[in-house]
Amino acid sequence: MSRTMPPAGAAVLEQNRAGAGERFLRGLATPGGAVFLLLVALLAAIIVANPSFGEPESLIRFIGRTAPIAIAAIGQYFVIVAGEFDLSMGSVVTMQVIVAGNLIGDDDAKVLPVLLLMLVLGALIGLINGLVTTLLKVPSFIVTLGMMLALFGLVMFWTGGAAQGNPADSFRQIGRGGIQDVPVFGVIPYPVIILAVAAALGFWLMRRPYGRTLIAAGDNSAAAALTGARVWWVRTRAFMLSSLAATVSGILLVGYAGVHPSVGRGYEFTAITAVVLGGVVLGGGRGWLLSAAAGAFALESLFTLLNFLGVESTWRDTVQGVIIIVAVAAAARSWQRRRRGSALPARAEQHRITATSAKPAEGTEQGGNGY
Amino acid sequence: MNSTRKAGGFFARLSSTRIVYLVALLTLIVGAVLVATTGRNFFSPGNISSILTGTSVLGFIAIGQTLVILVGSLDLSVPYVASLTSLIAAGVMANSSANILPGVLLALGAAAVIGLANGLIVAGLKVHGFIATLGMGLIISGYLATNFKGSFGQAPFAFRLVGATGLGPVPISTLIMLGCAVLAMLLLHRTRTGHHIYAVGGDLNVARMSGIRVQTPIITAHVLCSLLAGMAGLLLASRLGVGSPTVGSQGGYDLLSIAAVVLGGTLLSGGKGTITGTLGGVLIFAMLDNIMSVMQVNPFLKDVVRGVVIVVAVAVYARRSIVKRQPRFGHGQPEEPARKQEVAA
Repeated sequence: MSRTMPPAGAAVLEQNRAGAGERFLRGLATPGGAVFLLLVALLAAIIVANPSFGEPESLIRFIGRTAPIAIAAIGQYFVIVAGEFDLSMGSVVTMQVIVAGNLIGDDDAKVLPVLLLMLVLGALIGLINGLVTTLLKVPSFIVTLGMMLALFGLVMFWTGGAAQGNPADSFRQIGRGGIQDVPVFGVIPYPVIILAVAAALGFWLMRRPYGRTLIAAGDNSAAAALTGARVWWVRTRAFMLSSLAATVSGILLVGYAGVHPSVGRGYEFTAITAVVLGGVVLGGGRGWLLSAAAGAFALESLFTLLNFLGVESTWRDTVQGVIIIVAVAAAARSWQRRRRGSALPARAEQHRITATSAKPAEGTEQGGNGY
Repeated sequence: MNSTRKAGGFFARLSSTRIVYLVALLTLIVGAVLVATTGRNFFSPGNISSILTGTSVLGFIAIGQTLVILVGSLDLSVPYVASLTSLIAAGVMANSSANILPGVLLALGAAAVIGLANGLIVAGLKVHGFIATLGMGLIISGYLATNFKGSFGQAPFAFRLVGATGLGPVPISTLIMLGCAVLAMLLLHRTRTGHHIYAVGGDLNVARMSGIRVQTPIITAHVLCSLLAGMAGLLLASRLGVGSPTVGSQGGYDLLSIAAVVLGGTLLSGGKGTITGTLGGVLIFAMLDNIMSVMQVNPFLKDVVRGVVIVVAVAVYARRSIVKRQPRFGHGQPEEPARKQEVAA
């Protein structure tokens, strides 16, 4: 096929490329795009159930409330798209909350050093997870499971299982406070800003060579290694990003929820659920970062909707279970259809274009690509 | 350098099941020494009985988990299935020994239906086992949390005996668990479905192209896994005397059973592994728990030890190359050259 491809191959590709509108629609039809539609539908349903939710003030507060789990989902995305799991996330959140509570105390001067310490601890945990996974070749499920048990045990041992410590108010303001007196919104909570920065950084990172390599490594690690990528280091950094995201979530949660060893429990599964709801494929290599964050918002708005509808909170789990199974089943179907369906039209389109331009080959009467 | 290579060669020649039992032996020796320092006997009948009792609940679940992992899936719904069956059994029995059989059958029937649903979702709807069973676990957990606020039902005395008696130091529950293990081994090594489970877990597409109906082994494995989780639930009901909505999730059996399976040398991605190895993994966990209880280790530190042991033990043999075949084109594994460069750089 490439033999008779006209030299202006790039131009043909350009011709095959659909317009921006069509590409946007096609994007929405993928699992990663559909989550945005789901999110819009859920938000619309909430506003119908409770019109005051549609006001900018309560919307921005909703975003602020969802920021910790969305940031965790962004972190988990890096690991999942590389084909791994991070089950230690919840324990990292718990640990950071306890560290903040115990080390900062009432002393405002300690806020910055402890903040730095927490970030270093987060990066270190990610580094350990990553190195054990990549260099010792222990499955990440097991490594992070071990890390989860070990960290949680240490935290409980340290605190005795009870709430303790209360960090200085200036620290709690990170999760609790906001920029006052903004027109339209009233208050813009700091978590919203932090989430926006995290999402923008993540989006940028996934377009950098690092992000491309990460997806390649998740899709086919052997092929990525053969192209010269340092797969082990790329993956290790994904674990570090995940633990750092959990650290940031923990910092925000101190403001929201206070210091207690139960903060962060189950966060890993919620984050994985959000990522998967965002159309990211477990096993790696497929999915968008912003869709993962949108998955977190979809999950949280689902809970909010159930709340407004007066459903007992104990049914939350059941609804969440049904939704993730249905969403992933739909996504699996959609990826399959795309893979089966996409090859034929694309080839036909290319055939049409090149056939008109290519001369009949030597000794034949027909032009085109020869198939 | 030379000696480490030799050690690598020594490890490479051992099958992973042997390594598991070497680790178990090491745990046994260390445990015996540690327990002896507190002036107690690790090998007293009472202690052996308590270790074996510790193996049975996790054992049931881990055997089922092995089947599911071998076929390339996972089951995170097992703790909730165990809780549900304990409630059904204790509820139906209602302290009357005439109701034991209906109670057991109904509980196992419910477990089988859940397993069937899991299997159909994984095999039919092509949902990753992780998500399908996580979702199923959430569904059951919501149902349990809504309808049961505390313990429920009452197991009759005859049923409670199952969890309480033993032949010498060996509890009946452990014998039943070992019986299930033997049945699972027969299934895996002597039946067509068993071979298909390995084939599908090794490579689903290759299995399909060689004419295997890939849905059947996946569904079978899920049904059996849920049934075994149901057996664990029955055993818990028999031990507690009542059904409890949280007994499964409190034990953390989902992740612990996966850890035991992987500790037993089964590949998490499926297609390779044995029930024997899994039993070794379960035994290691039970001995660790026992040693730490006897040494009166802080219960929270137990989790730390468990976590470290899981990772270290798996790391011992995870480094060995998984595929024993000769390299086909005269090269090593494709990742090998790249890694050497990385080390040099």
